Amino acid sequence: MKEDLVLPTPREAAAGASGEPLLVAEGLTKHFPVKGGFPVRRTVGQVQAVDGIDLTVHVGESFGLVGESGCGKSTTGRLITRLLEPTGGTISYRGRDITRASRRQLAPIRSEIQMIFQDPYSSLNPRQTVGKIISGPMEINGIDPAGGREKRVRELLEIVGLNPEHFNRFPHEFSGGQRQRIGVARALALEPKLIVADEPVSALDVSIQAQVVNLLQKVQEELGIAFLFIAHDLAVVRHFSQRVAVMYLGKVIEVGDRDSIYTRPRHPYTHALLSAVPEVNVTGGDESGRERIRLAGDVPSPINPPSGCRFRTRCWKAQDKCAAEEPPLVRLSGNRDGHLTACHFPEEPTIEAREQDIVLDPALAALEETDED
Amino acid sequence: MWLRFKRDRTGVICAWVVLAYFVIAALAPVIAKVYGKNPYALYGQDPEYADAHPVLDDFGLPLGYFGGVSGEHWFGVEPQFGRDVFTMLLYGMRTSLYMALGVSTLLMVTGVVVGLIGGYFAGRTDYFLGRVTDFFLSFPQQLFFIAFMPVVTAFFVDPRDETPTYFRALAILIVLWLLGWMSPARLVRSTVLSLREREFVEAAKVAGASPWRIVRKEILPNVISPILIQYTYQLPSTILTIAFLSFAGVGFVEPTPDWGRMFATGAKVAEQDPAFMFFPGVALVVFVLCFNLLGDAVRDALDPKTGR
Repeated sequence: MKEDLVLPTPREAAAGASGEPLLVAEGLTKHFPVKGGFPVRRTVGQVQAVDGIDLTVHVGESFGLVGESGCGKSTTGRLITRLLEPTGGTISYRGRDITRASRRQLAPIRSEIQMIFQDPYSSLNPRQTVGKIISGPMEINGIDPAGGREKRVRELLEIVGLNPEHFNRFPHEFSGGQRQRIGVARALALEPKLIVADEPVSALDVSIQAQVVNLLQKVQEELGIAFLFIAHDLAVVRHFSQRVAVMYLGKVIEVGDRDSIYTRPRHPYTHALLSAVPEVNVTGGDESGRERIRLAGDVPSPINPPSGCRFRTRCWKAQDKCAAEEPPLVRLSGNRDGHLTACHFPEEPTIEAREQDIVLDPALAALEETDED
Repeated sequence: MWLRFKRDRTGVICAWVVLAYFVIAALAPVIAKVYGKNPYALYGQDPEYADAHPVLDDFGLPLGYFGGVSGEHWFGVEPQFGRDVFTMLLYGMRTSLYMALGVSTLLMVTGVVVGLIGGYFAGRTDYFLGRVTDFFLSFPQQLFFIAFMPVVTAFFVDPRDETPTYFRALAILIVLWLLGWMSPARLVRSTVLSLREREFVEAAKVAGASPWRIVRKEILPNVISPILIQYTYQLPSTILTIAFLSFAGVGFVEPTPDWGRMFATGAKVAEQDPAFMFFPGVALVVFVLCFNLLGDAVRDALDPKTGR
């Protein structure tokens, strides 16, 4: 493995974070064919779910991936765990290209990249006991821990905060949060270096979400596992991740360390996204001190994405240049190291309230106008 | 699951009845021996026997009430030949049950294999298997049973020779199998198609499991209950089909005792001796009814979420 090691060129993205890169994705692309036509079915279009994204996850780091529904977050996660075949681009794990590796070639790496799934109700086989579910991956990879697999399963159950005596129970005997803990235990069973968590808490009750996020954080800190944390909940990502990438329609539009993204965002979409996070206002005043941006319309179809910058159809700053030229993902002046933004006309690096709210939704705008009268 | 089944009283009774049928079928030779008759002897035409116990009148119809029911012949005798109905029924049950078991098992195994392959690998494989299934489904089944039985037999046995009984059984097996595996295949395929998209299958893939292991350990245990349910429905319907074949004259022939053949005889003499139809009729109805109810009970026990 070491002989043919090709060190990935340290990308600019890597500069901001510590540690060596664990997983590097370059130009990662996934297009799903759209079939149609009669009588001969042929490919009439491509859903460009993920279209050329670059990601770097460092050893022991927690990397968040946020974006709206349908922007390609989950597809990215599935590409990295090789559940889906990438259409283009490369994925390398510790410098080793695994983009096209077959199941057998992948075997030694399989145990190091694990996944936590979104839906705890479908991610556990209803016909298997918890013990079998958790020991399954060990069995597949021929891992025989000291003291036997059963002992290890009990340990894992304890790590994730479940009663080790529940070894012989079936998944339907557990609640959603407990099931997700079982999912975490299964992912931990192989002592992975990287866990792709695909919206691990979005199917859970809000009260349970915190428990599971804290569990994941504990696991991450104590076991030094790198996380690729996919979520649409910005608050959860902020709590969990050291670095964050924002995706829009199959592209990474902004990436940087947590503080840069949350307090000094440059891309208009990131601004809009952050402004959409509801905030509890204890004082009861109307002014929250934050900017207010309301977008109009839906995400365009990924079958036929807009030319140039993909956000231009909903952006209030869009100009002709945005349609003609795709903005590169680069470090803008005034940004910190490793904070990259893909925008021709970036916003100010602040989330303070502006003089004028940006309300693009005509219905909302009309509503507010009548209010003011 | 077992507890749920035991709570269902109808199911339990039916299970006992069905079990009794199987036991009786398995013990048919023993019972016949104790009873002292056999299904092949022509009691009405045996002069020695007929002198001691006359069973048929001059027109070949059974003497006595209700088709000749007596202490000697509990269920009466067959018109014309005077064979014993009770033993014919016993041995007929044997033929029916064994054949139905064999056919159903074969059907289910084929269906499960085809369904699993089609469902799991999807795409082109599924398309191809699906078209083959459609092709077989498009045959008008009963017509083909009747049309193909002689063809299959003639294919292997010279029509001038007598077809051995075991070969008739084999021919029935082949024909029923060829035209019967589609519905279990479709059932399994659709179940597997929905299962393979579930996240636990992906979890197994992420762990590096081979397709074989995924099919065996992750998917198969989840299709067991639909398979079992389908099986309990398949068995009685196969019994009916086999009886139908014999009734139509392409299944078992003289002198093999078989329910379908008894119906054929019964239909012929229905006006003179309506009682002859009674015993095989009741036996078949009770069995099919019980097995179907048992199937319902099994379904309810395995799959409590789908209502009746």
